[in-house]
Amino acid sequence: MKISKNRRTLIVSLIFINFALLFLIFNYVFALDVNPVRAHVLKDEAFLEQQRNDFVSTALKSNTFSNGVNRTVLQNGLTVIHSEKHSLPIVMVTLLVKASPLNEPQEKAGLANLTAELLTEGTKNRKSSDISEEIEFIGASLNASAGKDYTVITLSVLKKDIHKGFELFSDILLHPVFPQNEIEREKGLIKGSLRQREEEPSFLAERAFKREVFGEHPYGRLVEGSTETIDNIKREDMIKFYSDYFLPNNSILSIVGALTANELNSLIEKYLGEWKNVELPYNPPLPPFSKGGLGGFSDGKKIKKVIKIDKDLTQATIILGHFGISRDNPDFYAVSVMNYILGGGGFSSRLMQSIRDEMGLAYDVHSFFSSHKQGGIFQIGVQTKNDSANIVIDEIRRQMNRIREEKVSDEELSDAKSYLTGSFPRRLDTNRKIADFLATIEFYSLGLDYVEKYPGYINSVTKDDILKVARKYLYPEHYILVVVANQEKAMVRQ
Amino acid sequence: MELIRIILTSILLLVPISICASEVTPVRNFFSNGVKEYKLDNGLKVLIIEEHKAPVATFQVWYRVGSKDEPIGKSGLSHLLEHMMFKGTPQYGSKVFSRIVQKNGGMDNAYTTKDHTVYYQLFSSDRIVLAIDLEADRMQNLTIDLKETLSERSVVMEERRLRYEDDPQNSLFEEVIAASFKVHPYQRPVIGWMSDLKSIERDDLYNYYKAHYTPDNAVIIIVGDVNGDEMIKKITCSFGNIQPGHPKKKVISFTEPEQKGERRVFLKKEAELPYLLIAYHTPHFPHEDSYALDVLGLILSGGKSSRLYTSLVYEKKVALNVYADYDGFHKDPYLFLFAATASPEKEIKDVEDALYEEIEKLKKEPPLEHEVRKAKNQIESSFIMEQDSVYMQAMKYGMFEMLGDWRLIDRYLEGIRKVTSEDIVMVAKKYLNEDNRTVGILIPIKNKKSK
Repeated sequence: MKISKNRRTLIVSLIFINFALLFLIFNYVFALDVNPVRAHVLKDEAFLEQQRNDFVSTALKSNTFSNGVNRTVLQNGLTVIHSEKHSLPIVMVTLLVKASPLNEPQEKAGLANLTAELLTEGTKNRKSSDISEEIEFIGASLNASAGKDYTVITLSVLKKDIHKGFELFSDILLHPVFPQNEIEREKGLIKGSLRQREEEPSFLAERAFKREVFGEHPYGRLVEGSTETIDNIKREDMIKFYSDYFLPNNSILSIVGALTANELNSLIEKYLGEWKNVELPYNPPLPPFSKGGLGGFSDGKKIKKVIKIDKDLTQATIILGHFGISRDNPDFYAVSVMNYILGGGGFSSRLMQSIRDEMGLAYDVHSFFSSHKQGGIFQIGVQTKNDSANIVIDEIRRQMNRIREEKVSDEELSDAKSYLTGSFPRRLDTNRKIADFLATIEFYSLGLDYVEKYPGYINSVTKDDILKVARKYLYPEHYILVVVANQEKAMVRQ
Repeated sequence: MELIRIILTSILLLVPISICASEVTPVRNFFSNGVKEYKLDNGLKVLIIEEHKAPVATFQVWYRVGSKDEPIGKSGLSHLLEHMMFKGTPQYGSKVFSRIVQKNGGMDNAYTTKDHTVYYQLFSSDRIVLAIDLEADRMQNLTIDLKETLSERSVVMEERRLRYEDDPQNSLFEEVIAASFKVHPYQRPVIGWMSDLKSIERDDLYNYYKAHYTPDNAVIIIVGDVNGDEMIKKITCSFGNIQPGHPKKKVISFTEPEQKGERRVFLKKEAELPYLLIAYHTPHFPHEDSYALDVLGLILSGGKSSRLYTSLVYEKKVALNVYADYDGFHKDPYLFLFAATASPEKEIKDVEDALYEEIEKLKKEPPLEHEVRKAKNQIESSFIMEQDSVYMQAMKYGMFEMLGDWRLIDRYLEGIRKVTSEDIVMVAKKYLNEDNRTVGILIPIKNKKSK
């Protein structure tokens, strides 16, 4: 629903990539939509989540990265991470605020998202239209959005306009007023866009799958909430949510670009000086996962569930999966290697080789573990013509079984390791990516030396570890299977 | 001494790049703005931009062939060939290319447009040389196995189902483009019509490959942390011996006749909300009007402060989103596109009327100086921001090179800077007319069985 931040990235239009890269990310706006005026459809939630995960799941070999990074905690509790880079006259700012659906009541689902959206819709100094006018006039971008675990405010600005940029950034962060008319307007847009997205089979499948896996836990719903819960959100809720969580002691500020430490300090003093440390509210414990689903583990018992959504489509959109692991699980790295071999490794993965290359039954098939602070999911996703749905599902299960039964080959293991460890420099190749990455590693407490340690984590994984985690975290008999298709033609077996 | 030599030889043997003995004397035509330009004897052009800010690089091969060059009845041929380029040569089997790239921490992909086909890799800069031999090999030795062809054809059909058949807004896009062009092959979708795809045979692909994948029809672009002189030596080694294409290749050009009256197309499909897509014929870059058209696009749709968003989404609330996009970076004249999704409970007619109202305003009254300035700032800023990524930089050079010459980048920016408010009014009057447009409307229908 957001309009493209950088319209120039749409210049190359009408293009078809050879393969939809879910794991090899770079610029998702650019990520090759067919219709040049619809790049927004690629802002799909699963994709962004995967992106976030990817940021914390690969390593940088080069020391060019960590040497120049400074981390400080200011008196008001704000963590500041700064990397000075003068190769281009630009500054990239990422502010991560620990405010997300984890902090909102179920009946007001969408509160974190709506609060973030409203930050740019009016402050005590500026109307909504002034904010967009001023930021767009200098060719900069300023956005706020909520994700599963946190809210992010990003500013991308030319060095020459850094004061203007910071002034606006500070204004939306410190002085939002949540005007009633803007709230109503934004609610209408979010509800409208939720409705429009029902046209997308992948949206329907993802929504049903997450709901089933996570049950009543906030991870089980859309960050946007639903039409009903959005209607329950009041202006007071947003003001309270904002003042409870948008605090320096609850935030991480990451800045990468043509800015010296002194310049940064004076910017922070001038524009964020009034941001005061306040004690965080008590957060009641969240509903345990087992209440709703756990994706095949309801009430401690393993189950299997098939959800069919009937639509007049030529393809069946299939998601098969279950509960995964949280980001702090010590098996995270062994799981990363295992998943790369199974279905994370693009053209090289077993699923891709078999279902696309050998069988010719899908354009893209992939598996991923999406790991958040409080849990995660494992899922395999694929689209195939309706009448191949059963064959593809069987093959997916066969591949899940195979990686649980036999050790992977030496070659598969070494290929996966060399990709995962070797791809980092490329994946932190822009100031924007580095700014986001620094904020994320701080949030997940991975340490600034994470980039040096990561190759060690990956390289220590053995074939036995892979077999162990495959057996521990993959369940070819107990899963949630969602099929959005013309069910008459797909005839998916229960 | 002898021992050292032996050791050195064995080290060299481990390097997966062929060491070529022939003398290398590239012609360096130009050096400015950081771009090193070379042309090999067989016509292959090479652009190298050294960019040392991060230890990464991109290697790209751009072929001057796209869906506009396909024979009638074989739409989708360029794109299917692009897929087959990953299916191996006698030396490197199917998908071996990608495996080598990934094993080295890189990524590779490709895409096809109406005008050209691009293959690219992104690597840590110390691995970038790997791409050279692999790309040279598949420029001349592609296998195109029969069985692989049939399988990949099914893959592309799945891609078509995914992107078009089951996507109502993209389906409308296909309809509008097809209705906009009667003569020019821009009419057909890059991915190809389903029935055409079914008719593509192995030999169609092979002949097309032989006709178009030649060094004189390609440009190599490298951006990143590389040494240009070393790179060109290696490129000359690997690509230098590839035979150029037939000198008297027939080039057919098409001219779309002037449109004389509005065309309307409707698409009834299962969907949630009505959607509007309008296409006006416009000249392409570097036509003198292209700069003003570009600025006009931004005034109408460059962010939330733009005219269309302010009117249709913010004030009138008739649309959930609205876009204007002047798509002038094509080999031949293309289109100025408008699109909008109606808000729930709103009529698509109101969306269409509101859109025309904004267009008409611009014909009557010049935009404010401030608006023109803002659009120009957005363009200039995006040029700087894009340099953050080696991939985006290479894309920019490639795109301008495909239009004739990468140096057109400078001409483009100069042209943009010169645009005045009066120019905007002039191009709006000249091109955004009723008789010159094709209007497409998606009419959602509810399938009985959908709940």
